[in-house]
Amino acid sequence: MLKRTGIACSEDIERARPDETRRKQGPVAWIECFREIPCDPCHDACRVGAIEEFSDINDLPCIDHEACTGCGLCVAACPGLAIFVIDETHSETQALLALPHEFTPLPDAGDEVVLMTRSGQEAGYGRVHRVQAPRAFDRTAVIWVIIPQDLVEQVRAIKPLHQVIDEEGGEKQ
Amino acid sequence: MIWMRECEVAVVGGGPAGLSAALEASTLGAEVVVLDRDDGPGGQLIKQTHRFFGSRAQHAGVRGIDIPDILTEEATEQGVEMIFGAEVAGYYPDGVLTFKKDQKWCKLRPERVIFCTGASERFLAFPGSDLPGVYGAGAVQTLMNVHGVRPGQRVLMVGAGNIGLIVSYQLLQAGVDVVAIVEAAFDIGGYAVHASKVRRLGVPIMTRHTVTRAHGQQQVEGATLMQLDEDWDPVEGTEQYVDCEAICLAVGLNPLAELMWQAGCSMAWIPQLGGYVPICDEDLQTTVEGVYVAGDASGVEEASSAMMEGRLAGLGCAHSLDRVDSDRYRQRREELLHELAALRSGPTGAKIREGLQKMQQAQPLRQVLVEGSDC
Ligand SMILES: Cc1cc2nc3c(=O)[nH]c(=O)nc-3n(C[C@H](O)[C@H](O)[C@H](O)COP(=O)(O)OP(=O)(O)OC[C@H]3O[C@@H](n4cnc5c(N)ncnc54)[C@H](O)[C@@H]3O)c2cc1C
Ligand code: SF4
Ligand code: SF4
Repeated sequence: MLKRTGIACSEDIERARPDETRRKQGPVAWIECFREIPCDPCHDACRVGAIEEFSDINDLPCIDHEACTGCGLCVAACPGLAIFVIDETHSETQALLALPHEFTPLPDAGDEVVLMTRSGQEAGYGRVHRVQAPRAFDRTAVIWVIIPQDLVEQVRAIKPLHQVIDEEGGEKQ
Repeated sequence: MIWMRECEVAVVGGGPAGLSAALEASTLGAEVVVLDRDDGPGGQLIKQTHRFFGSRAQHAGVRGIDIPDILTEEATEQGVEMIFGAEVAGYYPDGVLTFKKDQKWCKLRPERVIFCTGASERFLAFPGSDLPGVYGAGAVQTLMNVHGVRPGQRVLMVGAGNIGLIVSYQLLQAGVDVVAIVEAAFDIGGYAVHASKVRRLGVPIMTRHTVTRAHGQQQVEGATLMQLDEDWDPVEGTEQYVDCEAICLAVGLNPLAELMWQAGCSMAWIPQLGGYVPICDEDLQTTVEGVYVAGDASGVEEASSAMMEGRLAGLGCAHSLDRVDSDRYRQRREELLHELAALRSGPTGAKIREGLQKMQQAQPLRQVLVEGSDC
């Protein structure tokens, strides 16, 4: 349960999941911000106005998936690192997942990375498709990773391989 | 040589509350001096490498470390004088502040004073808690984010409030392994989004657990964790040993209120606000005329609300010095109170709202003590 473990449950995810038709049309944002907190930068970040203006700053964000273009700007702007963009049209078996990443050194396009689930379990490998880290993103990079279609609801973080090797190889300083 | 001078408004503490107070008062034309014992402005913000919540008025989305620069630049433009390396040690009945600067004791007599001294960390006592390697979360943040030093390669975090969760994330960013986050309460106290972001990087969050012992000869080498029962007592047989080089305590903060005790402000014990706090009105004026408080010193909360409180206190001072006409004062005050209320209106503000309500009903402690000693 989210408030005991930090892991969102299926009812929570249900709320974030865009509908089937929209998911088949290309990249779209999944906003996984499930508890009310005083916060609203996601609204300001969206250029097409897909994220509704907050009447009360404590409201949960409300997104119009039809209006969302899947650009990923809100992914970098969300201080809760709670927004992901998923493109399930990438290929028959693979999807593209855009996630916020604040670990250096950044991976490069083409790098293999370990996929991590919401509960921090390793779920195989993915490949970095694109890295977006312009100045405007202020040190939160958006990494587009190619992942298996059947993992789009599970994977929410990556560990670049160099980081994994450091941990296992015992590079202690 | 004793240095003594006067000024209109003295602000003690140059964190988000103090800088905002100085900015508001000086913008309205008051002469302001900020005193801070640190070497530069920012208070807690200089360690907060994460992006802040709140709305645009409170610099939401900006990283904590970048906010002091924004505020300092504006304050400097407004002619605020800032004296760093200046530890305020006393506030005397004649309204004189004493501070130590370059090994000298200096004096300042302000017409108004705003205490924005922040808060100090709580500690937890358990066998072994005096071993080197047991740190407060603030110390760990200072080591990592100010000095670039890791506290150890494997760290156990105690406390799953926002501070525990955020410092855990920052430890991961520094390449440190966080073995677990233990939390005595039933639920994670911090924001769910912060919990999720450390959880998905593989850090277990163990609610209803505590640390019962730190192991090691010269320094921390490990810790025993135990589950807690309904009465918050450790359950026999649930001992679990974890290997770690450091234990980081993030178990809460207490307002730093010594100077306000000294000033003779009426104080109240309000657990929801972190402990003893001065009783104050909506302008953040304490029960001593001309003495104001803002930020964590008035109740442990957030930088976003600290900035709004600082603004209110600065405005109140400027108004009492006749620097702002009543209409403008009322309008600005409404604006700020509205923003503050909005920040506190959601479920995360419930504790603060309860605390503030208690403050309204609080028996001024000093008076109670004095009355008690009469009979
Ligand atoms: C890990 C962590 C994460 C946080 N994350 C967030 C967040 O995401 N969003 C948010 O809004 N808030 C956050 N906060 C809270 C925020 O940092 C504090 O609420 C805020 O800094 C309080 O501001 P302040 O000005 O009251 O006190 P402080 O920032 O503590 O500043 C107090 C200043 O007073 C000075 N001082 C104290 N005593 C004296 C004296 N006797 N003489 C001279 N100077 C003195 C100190 O040197 C210090 O500079 C976080 C806090 C922590 C620890
Ligand atoms: S992905 Fe782009 S279009 Fe969609 S909500 Fe986020 S910012 Fe708006
Ligand atoms: S910016 Fe992120 S954390 Fe803030 S309200 Fe939007 S989704 Fe939630």
